[in-house]
Amino acid sequence: MTDRVHLDRPRLLHLLEAMERIRLFEAKCVELYQTQKILGFLHLYDGEEAVSVGVIEALRPEDAVVATYREHGQALARGIGMDVLMAEMLGKVEGCCRGRGGSMHIFDAKKRFYGGNAIVGGGLPLAIGVALGDKMQGREAVTVCFFGDGAAGEGEFHESLNLAALWQLPVLFVCENNLYSMGMALGRAEVDTDIARHAGGYTMPAEAVDGMDVVAVEAAARRALEHVRGGGGPAFLECRTYRFRAHSMFDAQSYRTKEEVAAWRDKGPILRLTRWMTETGLLHAGDQAAIEERVKAEIEAAVAFAEAGTLEDPADLLKFVSMENVPQEGAVR
Amino acid sequence: MSDTAPMTYREACRQALIEAMEADPRVFMMGEDIGAYGGCYAVTKGLLDMFGPERIRDTPLAESGFTGAGIGAAMVGMRPIVEIMTVNFSLLALDQIINNAATIPHMSGGQFAVPLVIRMATGGGRRVAAQHSHSLEGWYAHIPGIRILAPATIEDARHMLKPALADPNPVLIFEHVMLYNDTEPFDASVNAVDIATAAVRRAGADVSLVTYGGSLKKCLAAAETLAEDGVDAEVIDLRVLRPLDDATILGSVRKTRRCVIVDEGWRTGSLSAEIGMRIAETAFFDLDAPLRRVCSAEVPIPYAPAMEDAALPQPATIVATVRELMGRG
Ligand SMILES: Cc1ncc(C[n+]2csc(CCOP(=O)(O)OP(=O)(O)O)c2C)c(N)n1
Ligand SMILES: [Mg+2]
Repeated sequence: MTDRVHLDRPRLLHLLEAMERIRLFEAKCVELYQTQKILGFLHLYDGEEAVSVGVIEALRPEDAVVATYREHGQALARGIGMDVLMAEMLGKVEGCCRGRGGSMHIFDAKKRFYGGNAIVGGGLPLAIGVALGDKMQGREAVTVCFFGDGAAGEGEFHESLNLAALWQLPVLFVCENNLYSMGMALGRAEVDTDIARHAGGYTMPAEAVDGMDVVAVEAAARRALEHVRGGGGPAFLECRTYRFRAHSMFDAQSYRTKEEVAAWRDKGPILRLTRWMTETGLLHAGDQAAIEERVKAEIEAAVAFAEAGTLEDPADLLKFVSMENVPQEGAVR
Repeated sequence: MSDTAPMTYREACRQALIEAMEADPRVFMMGEDIGAYGGCYAVTKGLLDMFGPERIRDTPLAESGFTGAGIGAAMVGMRPIVEIMTVNFSLLALDQIINNAATIPHMSGGQFAVPLVIRMATGGGRRVAAQHSHSLEGWYAHIPGIRILAPATIEDARHMLKPALADPNPVLIFEHVMLYNDTEPFDASVNAVDIATAAVRRAGADVSLVTYGGSLKKCLAAAETLAEDGVDAEVIDLRVLRPLDDATILGSVRKTRRCVIVDEGWRTGSLSAEIGMRIAETAFFDLDAPLRRVCSAEVPIPYAPAMEDAALPQPATIVATVRELMGRG
């Protein structure tokens, strides 16, 4: 097997740093939200970092990513610059989408990042098309499509799983099952809460994995990708995880107890990894502090970049409503 | 002397597809029953044999799924043509068309274009009642980011597809169901049309009939009747419902100083309302009479023939409306 996860110290530190980047980036976003520099909806990924990091670690540059409105983790893991991401959050023209999309609609053509999508389930059909287009043009690439447990209730979920399996498309479906869609508990929404089993019904290999274990997620993603890259058609990965914070910035959390949240926090992906690395002697004194220092410096630079950015001239409001030409794939603006 | 053999509207649509498929390997089709069945209106008959199942892709009944697949494929370099059986079923794909295809270029800051063509049948007259007969193209014309075409002639059916595929933006083509069997002499020397302008299909001096799609024939017939009374009607075929060709519409209305808009959509909140308002905004003082409209009755289109006919715009209602406007009621 070529795609095994190597668990040496540098590799584990790398995974830890990748998760810390997301966690700390979002903590900064919360501050900027409180000072009203970031506006609108802000869906935090706090608790779910192992999912995007684990899966995207297993990708190649030529692969494509389709995500949801809760996609800061995917964007950072995929290598979209923290500076252009932060500028986008601040609505600056230097942002990856010129400040037009904001937090929920991150796109990056160079990274083959086909969006955040604020319509629950709306990215799935699009991912089918990306995979189909790649396949028809002979590109050896996999499209990874992230979505929540709530999306499993949408017709587009079922239509897309069927199409991918029917046409044997190179798609890896990744369900980020955090047990809630806003306030709707999975058990109140689905007659069968085993989402991987729904996918199995569409005759594709489907696995549920502990989404709090970044190593397990990466290993499962590599197994699934091996199947997809081998021409075996789509695969499905359900990552069982939990959202530590409100659905968007604030909600009354009337749908779950504080105890439930606390219990999950204790199982969080960063704690989980650092505990295990400590037990096995792979985490040395000062490692975490060094990571934090590096990440904080990166964040400060990103904030400075974003703050120094400019607001788009409203005279350009209509620009790109209709495109004058088709941009070269991989080229930007 | 030009070569004019008769051709059906259906055949014109079909030849356009064949030409597009032959011209560009990035072009492929997706839709329900376009392959083995030959197309629900037989527009794609024979294409499966010519181009094979990879490029003439029969889909399951999943309008949102395969329309979204068209969007994704367009974003990565293909030139998909999605066929949706009728506009009624396109409602199941509204999410993809409006929330994805129409938004992504702008929302991504111009990083992605969506060069996608979606064709569908529209309109009433076939006695198939309320879930197969509506004209919802006016709704789509509300949406920034997409271009809306309504070929009303054989020539437009034959030639609009090519520029639609060359457009970097999503283009929706509405083919009125009552046109597929129409046969007209087709001038083979014409090999291109634009997808930006309205056309004057009949020049006249007294009143402008502004229309599109399946209502064009009705307006032309009404104009002939009116001519017998000495009323010289000009007939404007919009051709492009978004963006509207204001210059042609306003130019005609300024000349005739009277306007009746004929739209198979319902009157309330319709394309006809939009056109009327544009005229009112810019040519109000050029008008000699109030603006008038002939639209479908505000009912779900019924099955029984006399009821359906009463619900749709008809030449007689157009004639009566013009006569009233001219003070000849
Ligand atoms: C089609 C649609 N319906 C409703 C909403 C409102 N909404 C936004 S997020 C959300 C919950 C989605 O839950 P899930 O898919 O589990 O993702 P999560 O937020 O848990 O990551 C809802 C209902 C929406 N954006 N789109
Ligand atoms: Mg959820």
